[in-house]
Order: sequence, then C-alpha cells, then structure tokens
Amino acid sequence: MTIEEIQEEIVDEFSMFDDWMQRYEYMIELGKSLPLINEKYKTEDNIIKGCQSKVWVHAELEDDKLVFTADSDAIITKGIIAILIRSFSNQRPQDIINADTDFIDEIGLKEHLSPTRANGLVSMIKQLKLYAVAYQTQLN
Amino acid sequence: MFATHVNRISYKKFNLDMLRTSLDVQTIRKDFPILDRKVNGRPLVYLDNAATSQTPQQVIDVIVDYYSNYNANIHRGVHALSQEATDKYEEARKKIQEHFNIAKSHEIIFTSGTTHAINLVANGFSSFLKQGDEILVSAMEHHSNIVPWQMLAERTGAILKVIPMSLDGELEMDAYEELLSDKTKLVFCNHVSNALGTINPIQEIIDKAHEIGAAVLIDGAQAAPHIKADLKALNVDFYTVSAHKMCGPTGVGMLYGKEEWLNTLPPYQGGGEMIAEVTFEKTTYADLPHKFEAGTPNICGGIAFGAALDYMNAIGFESMAKYEKELLDYATKRLSEIDGLKIYGTAKNKTSVISFNIEGIHPYDIGTILDKLGIAVRTGHHCAQPIMDFYKIPGTVRASFSFYNTKEEVDILVEGVQRAKSMLL
Ligand SMILES: Cc1ncc(COP(=O)(O)O)c(C=O)c1O
Repeated sequence: MTIEEIQEEIVDEFSMFDDWMQRYEYMIELGKSLPLINEKYKTEDNIIKGCQSKVWVHAELEDDKLVFTADSDAIITKGIIAILIRSFSNQRPQDIINADTDFIDEIGLKEHLSPTRANGLVSMIKQLKLYAVAYQTQLN
Repeated sequence: MFATHVNRISYKKFNLDMLRTSLDVQTIRKDFPILDRKVNGRPLVYLDNAATSQTPQQVIDVIVDYYSNYNANIHRGVHALSQEATDKYEEARKKIQEHFNIAKSHEIIFTSGTTHAINLVANGFSSFLKQGDEILVSAMEHHSNIVPWQMLAERTGAILKVIPMSLDGELEMDAYEELLSDKTKLVFCNHVSNALGTINPIQEIIDKAHEIGAAVLIDGAQAAPHIKADLKALNVDFYTVSAHKMCGPTGVGMLYGKEEWLNTLPPYQGGGEMIAEVTFEKTTYADLPHKFEAGTPNICGGIAFGAALDYMNAIGFESMAKYEKELLDYATKRLSEIDGLKIYGTAKNKTSVISFNIEGIHPYDIGTILDKLGIAVRTGHHCAQPIMDFYKIPGTVRASFSFYNTKEEVDILVEGVQRAKSMLL
C-alpha cells in the first residue's frame, strides 16, 4: 500500500468512533502494537527533542524501503507515533519525504499538531522525514 | 458612652466570626469571568493556579481603565495624564509596601517578575563574590532560582552547594546548619516550593544565615498567593514576587531589597529612568528605586498588581488560607483513595498543591486525558528537574488549588483521574 492508502485506511478506522474517548482508546490500543525499537537503540541520541515524554525512534533500510521502530514512556505518545510509523514504515525514503500528514487532523487529533504542544508530534514528523532524507542521500 | 463601647466590641466580635466561617466561594467565582468558559465542551476546571492564577473583573477593570483613560509615560511628563499615571503607579508601590510590611517604599523595585528579580540580585552579587565563596541553594528550587546562581558561580569562581531535602519534601535543617560557614555569602530558598507545595521554615533559614553574616534571598513567587509575608519581621535581605500568581497580570512583579543592599548593588540594566545625570564621561545613577528601574516599566501592570492586592486583601488572606487548607485536605483524602496513586510532597506545612503520579502511567498521559475533560493541570517537571531526579520520576501531575476552586471541582478531578486511569492502564 502507498502512504496515502494507509492514511486513508487509518482515517476510515477512526471514522467509526463518534467521541474523543473512543478515539483515544483506539489510539492507546495502536500504541500497544507499535513495532518496538531494539533496546540498544534507546540512546540519548535517538530521543526526539521537544516531547514531554521520551520518544525514541530508529530507522533501518531494508532493500530500498525504510523500516521504523520506536518507543515512548507515555502511552498516548506511543499511540501517536504508532499511527505515524504505520503510514511511513516500509516505504521508499523519497515517498516519505513527499508525504503529507493532514490525515492527523482528519482523525480528530488536530490538537496534537500544534507546534507548541509538549507532545512533540511535529518534532516526530520532522525526525521521521530527516531519517528519510538521510537514507535517500545514501541511496543516490 | 458605655453602650457604644459594647457595640464596638460586639461589632469586632462579629467580624472575627465572619473570618472563621468559610468563604462564599460561589460569590467569589462570579468575579472571575474566565471560570465560566468551556474547554473541550465541558466547564473549565482550572487547577493550574501555581503556574498562573486567574484575574478577577476588579483587576481587569483597572487594566481597561488605565488604557481607556490615563495611559501615559510616567515620572517624566508635565502633563496631566503622565501625572495621573505616575500617581497611580506610585500608589501601587505603596500598596505593596503596606501588604508586605516593608519599611521604605524605595526598597521595592518593580520587575517583570520573580525571574527578573532574581537575575537582578545575582548579577549584582558578581562584584561581591570571589573564588571559593559559597552560595547555598535549596534542593527544591525552581529553575529560575538555580540557573542565575550557576551563572554567578561560573563568573566568580564561587561554589554552589545544595541544602538537601527529605522524601517528604522537607528541607534537612541539620544539614543546612552544617553547610553554613564563614565561606557562605548567600542563601537562596523558596518560601513555598512550586512542585511540592512545601512551606519552608524561612525564618529559621534567615536567622541562621544572618548569624554567620550571609545574605538571604527568599523566592516568594509561590508563597505570596497564600501567605502574607511580613518582611520587616522576617528581616530578610531580598524577597521576590510575581503578580501573575496572585490575581494580577503577567509581566510584573517585585523585588524587595533592604536599602543597604540595594544601595551597594550595582545597577542591572542601563537606560532611561535609572540615571541622575548623563555625560559621555560619566553617568550618575538615580536614587532608589529608580536606579534599578531602567526604561519604561510595565505601568499598567504595576497598577493592576496593586489592584490585585486590594482584591485579595478584601477577601482576606486568613480566610483564603483556611479555605484552601480545607480544599487541600479534601483533595488529598479523595485522591489517596485511588489505587496506585502516590503523592509527592507530604510536608506537614504545605500550600494547596498536590503533585502525584499513578503507578505505571506517565503523567503526560493523565494530563492529556484530564484536558479532554476540561480539567487544567500541569504535567512535567515543573521547572524543578532536580526534584524529579531526586524521586527518580520523569515528572508529576500537579493540581494546584486557589480560593476560587470548589470541592465539586475536586470531585471532578478525582473522577477524571479515575477515568484516565481506566483508559490508560
Ligand atoms: C517558586 C517559583 N520561582 C520562580 C518562578 C518564576 O516566576 P516568573 O516566571 O513569574 O518569573 C516560579 C513560577 O513558576 C515559581 O513557582
């Protein structure tokens, strides 16, 4: 599936819920399914700055696709990163670089998109894209 | 004659009884327009008072009146508006003087808040300290109270030492006494800890420091909304306050400094207002307080700060404290009933602040769910990372209550925490 298709799928899933509680509960569930980062990559260097909770992300190239793993000590943050990773993982770096993240707004998590919010969703997106840029240069 | 006398006594007694009864919180809440708003579709429950308190209409009116009727620069104009603004601004200084029982009004420096006030003093001490001198700082300080001293220590070669605290969140006074020596030049401590709510024994801290000739700065940012400090009685050298934590506007506060200290400290910022005479060869500084009030100050803010003191004094600090204690006890009891909930900061003497965590849940997650429920709390390290390191936690959820909060709001908080817990665990 393309990033866009995955994002549509996520939007579809979230559209089944009619209140914030169900959305959050689902996000928490997704957080529990996050592909976990290998403990050895949980280093200070891999922590994303700008989050009140700790978020670690690691990226590896498998063939020409980027695979992300991550973790966080806060479950809601874990849910958010799980949603992001689901749409970005197993994709070509160039597609990740080009992808937009408007679907976050559509699934009713807009409040997390504010750059001043301490959860650092914006920093997470930036970091995932930075990985993509770095690996894209490697591929070129 | 006799009858009047009796009347007077009973009138006095009546007043005292009034003090003993609890506050009329529903009437008080009407003074705060913001308390009527909704957040995420629910009535706002504002429990982040230790970060910033809300502003009553009486203070908002003063701000509107200033900009509507007499906005002008002060201390320099010959015209009517400037004179009016100057008078009101100086009147506010007098109100602060009276409130904190300060000997001389020029010992009050208007600042932008506590952070500015502390930096002013730390900067001034650069010229007094030498290599090997010691600065004592309590283990429960706000970052704004640690960083300026670290910078001062770096500049001067002085050494920063920490007064340790116990697990309950009380300062170890024996250790404090041991740390004091003839090398100690300065002691810094908050009157009340923002993260834990502990009321520190500042009189003892001040007296002990004075015995060995050290100066003391007390950060009153968290105390001022709850405790009317008598600075003359405390005999403290410096005391700082931020208006925005006590029903006033942001961006204004005060530094109290003993006259002798303020006369010896060098000015902090150069600019207009703080000079007596300027030539390119030499500038002579203005008298106190203007020496430390360079540039156009937050005039409206200063005046509104005075109005905030009037507002709080009209309610009365004693009745507020009594009511807040009731809220604190009730909230502590109710929250403690939640399985796995741990309260940080259980000092015998504390203000209405509860810092807590639930086992296995990150404070940020709880804060996020509470926000969805319209409940405003603070999560994180509360600018007091060393305290979090001490407890080995990433942060806490902090609910801080004010005299305009209610028991019903405590109940909403407790329900919210329970709901968050069931979602998150
Ligand atoms: C104990 C304490 N000191 C200092 C400050 C800083 O005050 P301000 O930001 O008003 O300068 C605060 C405010 O959070 C505080 O709680």
